[in-house]
Amino acid sequence: MTSTQPAPFRVGIDETVPLLRVRDLSVGTSGATIVDGVSFDVAAGERTGIVGESGSGKSLTLRAIAGLLPRGVRVTGGAVEYGGTDLLTMPARRRRALMGPEIAMVFQEPMTALNPVMRVGDQIAEGPRRHLGLGKAEAADLAVQMMARTGIPDPARRARAYPHELSGGLRQRIMIAMAVSCGPRLLLCDEPTTALDVTVQLQVLKLLERLCEDTGTALVFVTHDLAVVNQTCSAVDVMYAGHVVESGPVAEVFTAPKHPYTRGLLESAPDFDRPDRELVPIPGFPPNVADRGPGCPFAPRCGYVVDTCRTQMPPLATVAPGRLAACFETDRLGEAL
Amino acid sequence: MLDRLRFIPARLVQSIPVVFGVTVVVFFMVHLLPGNPALVLLGQSATPERVAALNTQLGLDQPLWDQYLRFLGNLVQLDLGQSITYQRPVTELIGDAVPVTLSLLAYALVLSLVISVPLAALAASAPGRVRDAAVRVFTLLGQGMPQFWVGIMLILLLGVKAQAFPVGGYGVTAGEHLYYLFLPALTLAIAMSPTTIRSLRASTIGVLGSDHVATARSKGAAGTTLFRRHVLRNAAIPTVSIIGVNLGYLVGGSLVIEKVFAVPGLGSLMVNAIFARDFPTIQAVALVVALFVVVVGILTDVVYTAIDPRVDLAAKERA
Amino acid sequence: MTTTPAPPAVLAAQAEEAAPDPVRPARSRRLKPWYRNGTLVVGLVIVGLLVAVAVFAPLLAPYDPVKQDLQNALQSPGAEHWLGTDKYGRDVLSRLIWGARVDLRIGFLAVLIPFVVGTVVGALAGYFGGWFDTVVMRVVDVFFAFPFYVLVIVLVFVLGAGESSIYLAIAAVSWVAYAKIMRGELLVAKKQDYVTAARLGGMSHGRILLKHIAPNVLSQALIYACSDIVMDILAIVTLGYLGLGIAPPTAEWGSMILDGQEFITTQWLQATIPGLAVVVTSLGLSLLGDGLSDQLSPERRK
Repeated sequence: MTSTQPAPFRVGIDETVPLLRVRDLSVGTSGATIVDGVSFDVAAGERTGIVGESGSGKSLTLRAIAGLLPRGVRVTGGAVEYGGTDLLTMPARRRRALMGPEIAMVFQEPMTALNPVMRVGDQIAEGPRRHLGLGKAEAADLAVQMMARTGIPDPARRARAYPHELSGGLRQRIMIAMAVSCGPRLLLCDEPTTALDVTVQLQVLKLLERLCEDTGTALVFVTHDLAVVNQTCSAVDVMYAGHVVESGPVAEVFTAPKHPYTRGLLESAPDFDRPDRELVPIPGFPPNVADRGPGCPFAPRCGYVVDTCRTQMPPLATVAPGRLAACFETDRLGEAL
Repeated sequence: MLDRLRFIPARLVQSIPVVFGVTVVVFFMVHLLPGNPALVLLGQSATPERVAALNTQLGLDQPLWDQYLRFLGNLVQLDLGQSITYQRPVTELIGDAVPVTLSLLAYALVLSLVISVPLAALAASAPGRVRDAAVRVFTLLGQGMPQFWVGIMLILLLGVKAQAFPVGGYGVTAGEHLYYLFLPALTLAIAMSPTTIRSLRASTIGVLGSDHVATARSKGAAGTTLFRRHVLRNAAIPTVSIIGVNLGYLVGGSLVIEKVFAVPGLGSLMVNAIFARDFPTIQAVALVVALFVVVVGILTDVVYTAIDPRVDLAAKERA
Repeated sequence: MTTTPAPPAVLAAQAEEAAPDPVRPARSRRLKPWYRNGTLVVGLVIVGLLVAVAVFAPLLAPYDPVKQDLQNALQSPGAEHWLGTDKYGRDVLSRLIWGARVDLRIGFLAVLIPFVVGTVVGALAGYFGGWFDTVVMRVVDVFFAFPFYVLVIVLVFVLGAGESSIYLAIAAVSWVAYAKIMRGELLVAKKQDYVTAARLGGMSHGRILLKHIAPNVLSQALIYACSDIVMDILAIVTLGYLGLGIAPPTAEWGSMILDGQEFITTQWLQATIPGLAVVVTSLGLSLLGDGLSDQLSPERRK
């Protein structure tokens, strides 16, 4: 029976620095930059949400951290420090050794993310066999245990099923079981609940919370859904057009945003606590990757825009204790929503 | 999986009209062949009376429809008639020839996979780069070479110049078969590889970019382990049906190859029968070949079902 | 998957089309003009050169291809005969050039009837469906149960060796592939919105087929025709090798290989060179077909 605490470090982790530090990360293709100088920190055990629309670069940021960029897309600058060591300059073999026992990923669409011709139990067992040196039978037992931990009923029988034989919610639980099977310290989730029914979404979110609490695993949760971040995470980074525009504790950011885009998101999202509030959509559309000019990318749609905004890119700066925002006019957003 | 194989009986029944159609086509086509077998057998100097007598003896002077019905009737009893040339039951001749051709085709299939899988993987690992282009050139050239010429070139290079392999024949023992059949099997394998490579390369590229491979990578899988466990089986799925179709085409190609390498299989039997106007043999071989193609089709679907657990052909048939 | 398969070349090409193209993401792909399409250009150049050789054969060939010169038989390549002479003393280079005439002409012409017949039958079967479609599909099944070569060889034998037999045999056998492709295309095309709109507007089936659907789907048949010509040339050359092709002493690449096979140990060039000519021809045509495919249906490559 494996312990529920993260295993004592297998890789030299510097515990004096945040577990994950992304510094000026840029990702793009030969024609365009999609992620532009993104920086944020994740502390050990912390649950951080990365929020943004489609095209904001949030998924690619996650994939760059995991080293799973699609063909044709590369990291063009910056560093990704895990426990003090830059993953991007690490030898490939060493980096691969981290994937599973240290860093694991949960994908959005479990139907395509699971190997259709392999039994799910075997897929869960693959990581432990490779990284923890378990034999076939032991790894199979571990897989069943993991499935039970993620709330899958009748796990021993289900382990022999193929992905297409299971429902969407079960498949996502399998993905989660697979991800936590080696006891990672950092869990990267790319919209894991977006493809699920609403009722199932809640269950899966609670499962993730519980697992992370029990094992002290840090979580980076990419989503476009503010309610999910509100529920599950303690910190949030808001991304727009490849930049982080605001950062801070969830409660503070969502009650008193310091960036016009965040404010716009909050005002346009349904709020179950105040169903009568009028929804105000953000005018315009996010910019095309190819035509991002100088200056703040949100300027064309911003209600607080001034001339400087169009010519200079506002830096991500501390505007209050623990709060970062990339806006020249952040003071004007003083009022709480 | 066994219960997903229950489509087989229904498929066999469905094939009956096709096989029936084949017998009709074969019979009438063969009987349009110019020349009279009796004349061929007896030689040009035979007298008309002797030719007529032999004609009657062989049943060749009956109306065409009668002959066809007799043919069908015999067929049901698995009697394929008597070879005019060899004066032996055709079933025997076919029985001798089929194992030869089957071994040749199986050998060719194995060699083709040995060639195709690594090349397809090589090309798919770096699409658009030099090695992909090199494989592409290989497939383009391979598709354009006449099979018999490839056979002759292999004879030239490996048989005559290098003296490594025999240039014809079949040998007696199993080991000798492997040795003698190597060049003809290689010829067929080279003919078969281009389409297999093209298909496998395309599906491998697709699979490599898929989410489940990204998941596997997120667990630290890479290299041959990744390929073997997560890529190959998935990529093979669409290629299996292409290989199946190719096998069907290959039977036709083996006709000519058997002649080039003097291999005593169905192909040689057919070619000799055509030249000798040996109707029963021609009919029987054509029928066997058609049956073979049908069986290959069913086997392809069986392999397809075995590889992909999502497939349930029986359910689809009912739908 | 469970119904009759199309010829391997078609299936492979379809598989390639269905695969995502990872090197060039969709966004940065613009439709290049045809003269910038490398594959297409190279293919056109090769085919063009070959056609030119065939057309200008009388001017290009140094000798008469059928003239025998037994005293100079089986010469190695030299100043007088650049590629040597065959067993009857005929100049190999001249026979190669004149052979291009024969093989290319028959190859191109042999495609015409199957193209027209198969396309029409297949399109009608796909568009109108019903009993006609079922009958056509059964016939196609039967033809596909036979390997191409078996049928062609028997047919040529039945009809007697010679040029017209080749056309008939090939036509009889290869029309089915066009029918199958066209039927598939039509099944998809008839469900398109523009067809429904035209029907609602009162347009007759005939006009819809000719004016609206044909331009879109004919490109597929054209692309297949390129690989079909390759198959036909290979078949013609094979028939020549089997002695079922054009009667000697006309120069034809297949019979040249047959003649050369006897002397494989001494004058191996004779069997090799005509084969190389076939390979180059096929290469040119394949590139042309691939280039056309890129050009005419790029939207299919996701």
